[in-house]
Formats: sequence, C-alpha cells, structure tokens
Amino acid sequence: MSEVKEFPVVWLQLAGCSGCSVSLLNTRYPDARNVVLDELIPGTHVSLLYHPTLMAGEGEPVMEVLRDNELPEGFVLIVEGAVPTGADGLYGAVGEIDGRELTMIEKTRALAERSAAIVAVGTCAAFGGISAAAPNPSTAVSVQEFCRTEGIDKLVINVPGCPPHPDWMLGTVAAVLLGKLTPEDLDDLARPLMFYGKLVHENCPRRADFDAGKFAERPGDPGCLYMTGCKGPETYADCWLRMWNTGTNWCIGARSPCHGCVEPCFPDDYSPLYEKITVERLARFALKKKA
Amino acid sequence: MQKIVIDPVTRVEGHLRVEVTIDGGEVKEARSAGTLYRGFEEFLVGRQPIDAQRITQRVCGVCPTAHATASALALDQAFGCLDKLPENGRLLRNLILGANYLQSHILHFYHLAALDYVDVAQAADYDGSDPDLQSLRTFIARGTLAPFVPRYEGDYRLTKQQNTLLAGHYVEALRMRRLAHEMLCVFGGKMPHNVGIIPGGATEPPTVSKMEQVVMQLKRISEFIENVYIPDILAVAGAYPDHFALGKGYGKLLAYGVFELETPAPRAADRKRLFPPGLTDVALKYQPLDQEKISEDVKFSRYADSVAGKPLSALTKNVPDKEGAYSWLKAPRYDGGPREVGPLARMAVGYVAGSEEIRKEVDGLLSAAGLKPADLFGVLGRHACRALESRILARRMTEWALALDPKAPHRYDYESPETGTGAGLVDGPRGALGHWIDVKDGKIANYQLVVPTTWNASPRDANDQPGAIERALTGTRIKDASNPFEVVRIVRSFDPCLACAVHVMDAHKNEIGKYRVA
Repeated sequence: MSEVKEFPVVWLQLAGCSGCSVSLLNTRYPDARNVVLDELIPGTHVSLLYHPTLMAGEGEPVMEVLRDNELPEGFVLIVEGAVPTGADGLYGAVGEIDGRELTMIEKTRALAERSAAIVAVGTCAAFGGISAAAPNPSTAVSVQEFCRTEGIDKLVINVPGCPPHPDWMLGTVAAVLLGKLTPEDLDDLARPLMFYGKLVHENCPRRADFDAGKFAERPGDPGCLYMTGCKGPETYADCWLRMWNTGTNWCIGARSPCHGCVEPCFPDDYSPLYEKITVERLARFALKKKA
Repeated sequence: MQKIVIDPVTRVEGHLRVEVTIDGGEVKEARSAGTLYRGFEEFLVGRQPIDAQRITQRVCGVCPTAHATASALALDQAFGCLDKLPENGRLLRNLILGANYLQSHILHFYHLAALDYVDVAQAADYDGSDPDLQSLRTFIARGTLAPFVPRYEGDYRLTKQQNTLLAGHYVEALRMRRLAHEMLCVFGGKMPHNVGIIPGGATEPPTVSKMEQVVMQLKRISEFIENVYIPDILAVAGAYPDHFALGKGYGKLLAYGVFELETPAPRAADRKRLFPPGLTDVALKYQPLDQEKISEDVKFSRYADSVAGKPLSALTKNVPDKEGAYSWLKAPRYDGGPREVGPLARMAVGYVAGSEEIRKEVDGLLSAAGLKPADLFGVLGRHACRALESRILARRMTEWALALDPKAPHRYDYESPETGTGAGLVDGPRGALGHWIDVKDGKIANYQLVVPTTWNASPRDANDQPGAIERALTGTRIKDASNPFEVVRIVRSFDPCLACAVHVMDAHKNEIGKYRVA
C-alpha cells in the first residue's frame, strides 16, 4: 500500500455563528467520517489540525497548534466568519497563550501569511455578511478585504452561502486537493464557477409561473415568489440542482423566496428581504459585482 | 493560589473563556466570558419586522430554529395573530423545531461532550468488521491524530470495550444528526437557517408523502435514541458516578416551556406546552412563570447603566471602557436572582408541574439507577435529561406528523402593523430564550434578545451574585491542575452556545490578581 499524504487544514472561526461548520457536517458523499478519518481522495487524508467545535483539546495546548513555528508547510487556512477589525481587534479573540489573549486580527494575519491557500467559507468570511450588517458595530470585514488591507498577497477562494451547501465547501477542497482549481475556474468574486456559475432564476422550476404571470402573494403560496422578494434573478447558486440536506428540499421548494444568501448584497442590499426587486435595485447589484 | 485559564474552551458553540482561581485544590472563584461581539441588537434597529425573523436565526448555526421560533412568536404577538395560528402551522413549527432539538442533543453528547469521557485511541487494535471502527483503526495507524489530540490525559475510566463501542457510536452519531437535519428540511426548506417558520405559521403545506417521510425518519432516530444514545449515557454514568454530584450550582431552574399543544395563549406562562413553563429548585416546589420578573443587570457588563432593567426598557448602548466591567454579556436575573436554564430545568419544571409523561421518564431513570431527584442537579443529570427529553420528543413528533392535514391551511395572513410590541418566550435546546420587539412606523424601533447561554454564562450582578456556570464551578475539587477535566466537564454539561450569548472580553483589562479570594 502506498503511503498516504497528509493535507493539513486549519479551520479558523471568527465573527460568525458556526452555521458553516454545522452545514459541513451535513455532507452526504463524502460523509463527515470520510472527511475527518478516511482518505478523502485515495492517497490523501485531510488532517484537521484545528477546529474549535470538534477538536478534543482546549486552552493553551490548542493555541500551541497555531503557533507560527508549529504549523506544517503547505497548510490550507479555512476561515468561517468575518474579521472583526474595530477597537484594535478587541471585539473578537481566538484564545490565550503565554499569558496574552490573541485577537482575531493578529491570528488571522499570522495564519494567512503562512498558509499555502485561503478558503473563505460562508458569506461572512467571503463578503462580510450578517456579521457586517449595518451599522457593523465590530467593523467586521471579509477575509479578502482584510488581506488586501494588511498587504497579504494570497489567493482567497470564496465559498459563500448562509450557510454554504456542504457540497460547495467539500467540492472546492477536493478540487484544490486534486490540483484542479485554477483562477480561471473562479468568477469575478472568486467563487468556483462549478457551483456559482448559473442564476437561480434561469433554472428555477417556477420559471414557467414567472413567465405566465402566476405569482405568490405571500410566502407559503404556490406560484413564482418574485412578488414576495425572491432574489433568484440576481443569485448565482445551484440550489435548484442539488437542493439542500441530501436533496430533501430547498428554499423556493418550501415556498419561501430566495434571499440571495451567497451574494455580497446579503443581507443589507437585499433588505427588505421580502420586498420585490425593482429596476433601480437591479442597477445597484450590477455595480457591486464589479468588485 | 493558582489561576487556570482555559481560552478557548472548545467543543462548545462559539468563543468562550473560563478562568478559575484554585486554592488548596479547590475552585475559589470562577469567571466565564465570551470573547466575540457582533451586535445583533444594534443592527436590527430600523429594519422590517419580518426580516428580524430571518436575521436572528444567524445568531447561531447550531440552534437557529429556536431563534426563528422565538422571533415568530414575538411577531405573532406584535401583529395580533397569536390566536389565529392554524393547527397545521402549530404542528409544522413543532416538527421543524423538534427536529433541531434532536440534532442538537445528539451533536452535543457525542461530538461536543463525549471526548471528555471516551478514549477513542483504544480503538487502535480493533479487529472486527464494523466499518466505522475499521476506519478509526486505520486513522489511528496512520499516526496523525488531529483533531483527537492534543487532549487532557489521566482520567478516562471506561473499559477498553466500552471506549471502542462509544468511539464507534461517535461516528454513527454523525449520520444520525445529519438525518435529523434532513428531517427538518422536509418542512423547513434548508438547514441550517430554515425558511419554513414564518409569522402566522409555516410556508410548506403538508403532503401525505412528506408526513410519511418524517414518520420513518423519526423511527430511525428513535431506534438510535433507545439502542445507542440512552445506553451510552448510562455507561458513562456507571464509570463516572461521582459526576452526578459534580457541578451542582445554584440548583435554581427556569423554563419558558416549548412545543405548543394548542393555540398559544397571549402570555407565555399560560401556554399549554409539552415541556411546560415555570420555575423550581432543589426543594422541588413549582412556581409559575411571571415574565414581568425578567430583567438584566449590567454592573459588570459593558453597557450604560441606563440600559439595566426589563427588555425593551432601553436601546442597547455599549460602553467599551466601563469601570469594573469584565464582560459584554448582560446578567439576566429573575426576580433579582440568577437561574439555570436547559434540559434539566425543563425536566424538573415538567416533573413538579405534574406532566405525567415527564414523571414517568424521570422516575424510570431514577429507579433503574438507584437515584433520588436531587441527584439530577449536576453534570450527569444534565446529560441524562437531554437524552430523556429526546426520547419524549421523538415519540410526540410522530403523533404531530400524523395529525397534519394536507387540506387545511398552514398559515394565517397577518397584516404587518405600524406599531406593536411582542415577546417571544420559548425554550431552545439550551434553555429559556426570549425575543422582544417594539415596532414604530412599521420598522423595528428596538429588538432585544435574552438567550439561554446569557443566563447560564452570565457574569456577576450588582449584588455580586455569580452566574450559573460560575457558581457551578465554585467549590469544585481539581485533581490535576494541568488536566482540569472537572472544569470542562462542568462547563460542557450546560451545552454553552456563545454566539447566542453576545459577549466580548477586554483583553487589556484582564489583569492578573484582580480577584477576591473567599
């Protein structure tokens, strides 16, 4: 049997809700056991060095794992949650080591600098998301913006969603492991096109209702949900294809409008969430996408 | 005298720091603080009331349905349609929330708590045919054992056979909690952060095939609860019997209750719920809930003093450099006193309130294990109550699924008002959760959340009363200060969820030696 290669991953949790981690655990193939214990791709095992929700240790020993000279070469940094930059980082701490509490700013900077690649999972890490909702008391910013401000020149792959579908997160990691993810495979928001390449509205099973003018008046009604605030016309995600929780259902299938949770516009520019898109707002969305 | 700092406390939701000061091997003082602040109460102001119900779910990715439910109830009250909730709406909400209860409890025991008691490394020479254990053995043989190391050492008391069995169950439990979320998604649309619960009811109408799907998923989960989860709790209890008395704390409990059995009454205290509302303590006397007695103290919290009082009495106003404060968490108090919330509170309140099915389950456990009711006030009691309520809930959810009517309405068409106030009080998996909303000019003028972990992980108040976890840690004997198992087992028995609790810890103000020693 040939030797199994270890692929080290540090999963950092910043200003977020852990929903991305919970969604990750909902993965079907590979399942959570495959991810943590087995060879995710034959010949390669993902070594989850650090994940606060799952790891056995606590306190200073786990902060040791993150110490600069303890980190192995070539580790991938996965970030869940936005970076809270207000008040010199006092809004968020990672933990205490050597008698000092390290802020999220310090630790994100140190880990980003040393990582081989950075994957920002969830809309908070990718674009600021709910953690950065106005007035953004903690001055939370996306990982990409943080790296730009800090002068860390590294590719950040964005896997947004609130939360992201587990397939989007693991499919991206698998593509990185197989060496099959290049900048051409990402859109202009650094999202893998294989998951974020098509509009919900262009592939929605209720498109016929939209075209025929059969509209739901309220969430819970049958018909196209455009009038109830559906952001499908502006949202690039493949929920219509893979659905959620092992293909059980999805937001529009449950008669709720899409809230566009994979987009930078979520939540503020898509608020009110239940108000329909107007022509003026469509123009604003187009401008945001050039970022 | 020695100070132990555990920062981060892992295997909780969110960012938690715990400090204990030990003298003569005993904890003299404990401080718990969350180390992240986002500011939901600040960013909800000015938004549409119904958007709050989607946004507040993002307080937490482990218990979002609790927030969706509390928010929906607050909005139902503000919109004047609490009594108009259709039967289907009530049942669908119960099923969506119930599915997450089951997921959350399985996740908590196996993936958050179990590694404090189970030595998974003992599966290293497994030679049987269970694929999960073979997978674990192969993993151990590869030699890179993260995330199962580093870890505390020196107090794993199960036998090799038990450790191997429970390690396999840890893996199986990953599938079971995924299944519980699939079940939730049937009517909830997506999980985490479902879309199915809305003011007035739910979005997804029941169909016979969806009902049957949920009933069969419940059957599979019930099989796991009966054959795996509950026996594993008993195995741990058998190996760690001193952990019943560990972490007793105040023994003063509070529950808002959960799972409406009929159309909700205007006041939470009057609602007929599967797990009823109320208060009790070690004397096991029942006290009815009076929501007017809920308030928040801010003496040691970084908020303006004017913010203290009942929810909605003032807008949240943070004061980062407030003299003497050590937490961004407010200190919720009931009639001026600290309270513990969670499954122990729900089972104890249900017991003294006279719920037959809760009495049957609790008495059954007590007699099988040779225990008295007071023995449940502690670490193992909290874990046991979590498992017992899972059993009760799974059984009832099957009845609720079969009671759905595909031909009846699933939501009420409310009108969103220009002004209104509402309070949504409901128990989430971790305990008593409250959302309060004040609507003016059709927008949110104020929105306050008092969440379960705010009660449990609260700082001291103006009367110097510690919060529930701080009190539960005080007086504990620590055998080995480099491997303080006792501390983390006590903390994790509360199933803390810090994203909910809204803290920040000011690292600059954390001076050593600022503690009083009893």
